[in-house]
Amino acid sequence: MSVMADGRRRSPFAIVVMVLLCLLWTIPTLGLLVTSFRTRDAAATHGWWEIFSSGWTLDNYDKVFNGNEMGTSFLNTVVVAVPATIIPIMFAAFAAYAFTFMDFRGKDLIFVAIVAVMVVPIQVAFQPMLDLLGPRGLGISGQYIAVWLLHTGFGMPLAIYTLRNYMSTLPRTVIESAKIDGATHFQTFWRLIVPMSVPALAAFAILQFLWVWNDLLIAKLFLSPGNSTVIVKLQGLLGSQGQGQELLTAGAFISMVIPMIVFFTLQRFFVRGLTAGAVKG
Amino acid sequence: MTAGEMTTEVATTRSSGLDWKKLLIGAVGMWLLGWGLANLFLSFGYYPDKYGSKVVIALLALVAGVGGAAILFFFLNMFVEGLPDRISAKLMPYAYVLPGVGLIGLMLLYPVLQTINYSFANEDSSKYVGFQNYREIFKDDEFWQSILNNVLWLLVVPAVTVAIGVVVAVLADKLSTQGEKVAKSTIFVPMAVSFVGASAIWGLVYHYDIGEKQTGLLNRIWTGLGGKAEAWLSISDFRLNSFLMMVILIWLQAGFAMILLSSAIKGVPEETIEAARIDGASELQIFWRVVIPQIKGTIITVFITVLILVLKVFDIVYVLKNGLDKTNVIANLFFQELFANDQAGRASAIVVILLLAVTPVLWYQVRHFREEEANR
Repeated sequence: MSVMADGRRRSPFAIVVMVLLCLLWTIPTLGLLVTSFRTRDAAATHGWWEIFSSGWTLDNYDKVFNGNEMGTSFLNTVVVAVPATIIPIMFAAFAAYAFTFMDFRGKDLIFVAIVAVMVVPIQVAFQPMLDLLGPRGLGISGQYIAVWLLHTGFGMPLAIYTLRNYMSTLPRTVIESAKIDGATHFQTFWRLIVPMSVPALAAFAILQFLWVWNDLLIAKLFLSPGNSTVIVKLQGLLGSQGQGQELLTAGAFISMVIPMIVFFTLQRFFVRGLTAGAVKG
Repeated sequence: MTAGEMTTEVATTRSSGLDWKKLLIGAVGMWLLGWGLANLFLSFGYYPDKYGSKVVIALLALVAGVGGAAILFFFLNMFVEGLPDRISAKLMPYAYVLPGVGLIGLMLLYPVLQTINYSFANEDSSKYVGFQNYREIFKDDEFWQSILNNVLWLLVVPAVTVAIGVVVAVLADKLSTQGEKVAKSTIFVPMAVSFVGASAIWGLVYHYDIGEKQTGLLNRIWTGLGGKAEAWLSISDFRLNSFLMMVILIWLQAGFAMILLSSAIKGVPEETIEAARIDGASELQIFWRVVIPQIKGTIITVFITVLILVLKVFDIVYVLKNGLDKTNVIANLFFQELFANDQAGRASAIVVILLLAVTPVLWYQVRHFREEEANR
């Protein structure tokens, strides 16, 4: 049996199974990618694996980027996703700081409630929130800010929970000495705790960004058509067999690229930030 | 970030009494900020033409949203610092907690109560009808179909996802460093794909063409093996279409399971494995008796996370089938009742059932959290 560079034995079984799984995990996406470079007719008459047939084109991408609706919806998605990722982190970081480093009455009770609502399905909120944010209430339904608020609220329990778990692993002595030096909580928070919590902040940012970018329900219900996101547009195309069908594959592919870039740039924080503070049981 | 500038301003000497200036600036600042933001966003809605182009609105919205949140805390902090020291120290934690917890209350706790309330009211929530909605959904076949499907999703998806996650984590560990990295990244990629995107991807795989030539991958393989081309997602025998849609969710989530389980497996002390090996245990025995018990905690965490996701499964079923051919699930049924049928009462009753279904998980989460706190 052959030996690898680091001296461990090579496992043929592991290699075969992993190659098979990796193929299974990539081929469907490859199919979408290839189809996105085909004309509508070619896609309808040839399997995507028939790579030597004609009908190759860049038109689909051209239409997605330059066509009015899709281009705007990409812009909308960015405007929805960036604040809906950063605002909850800021709110949650302040709350997590208080839960970790400050003492106050009702602290444990409030925190248990936060752990509990992590499980509550967001469907409960649709009707009450449509009433509250809609024309009968505040009248901001349809605007970006409505969706930011919703994503901030729904992401908050997990955010506070993850950040507090991480912050509770930070050395308390650092905070104590800052206090002795006369630093206010606000200063300690920005100058010490935020920089030290980067892995957890990044890990939650990844999760929240993926969730907001890929969300269908909230965007569909709470954004006016002019402000709607690319996922909502894609869902519309998936449902119709008619015009614009060829844009679906190209649009879907571009919609995946940005979250992938975000993920792979920040991934080194992912595990460290998510698992810190969780006691292994 | 503007943190540096902000903090230097606050770093004045702290007086022990009431600081009117801070109090005033804090209060007026918060009020102005709220008023300004509200008007800015309303103007985006009402006078979009004044801003010239969509890009300008987008950038302004971005800056105002993120900046606004940061400045809010700045003024809030200043306001509380302006109070006499004793009160300030007591109030500060609540000030930090309030924006986050307040939103949780507004967007999750209040809606729970309101939904329970609506579930006893009629289709436009204008009159109470007692248990009428519950009686109606319990008599509805579609409801029981959805419950059955949800149970199937719950039985299959979390277990298979965790199993694949463990298998990949263990086998990738046996590859060369480079091979492990490539394999893990490959399995992880779908994690960044939306449910809608995944539906588009797998829609192509399951595609059925009327006529001889098949462009869907599954049909091509199937006919290649001598089978007859099928419209796979329309086959409800043995809930085949539901299972095919579960494949999509497993494909999406396996990477998440794998990455957390992999880090747990790497945390298993080498000595315990070595000791078992010296005692003559086979690799399989080592896996079941030594590795698995030590990563049980992570397995449960991943299982529960996927379980919660599956309870709410909606997008895939909605996009690909909208619940047709016996594929309906609770979250999609809710959506149909609320938006297609305008039955707010029945829709709320369905969510209440969903809430009851998550209660055991909720109870478990809280208990698990308490145990962890006790171990800290």
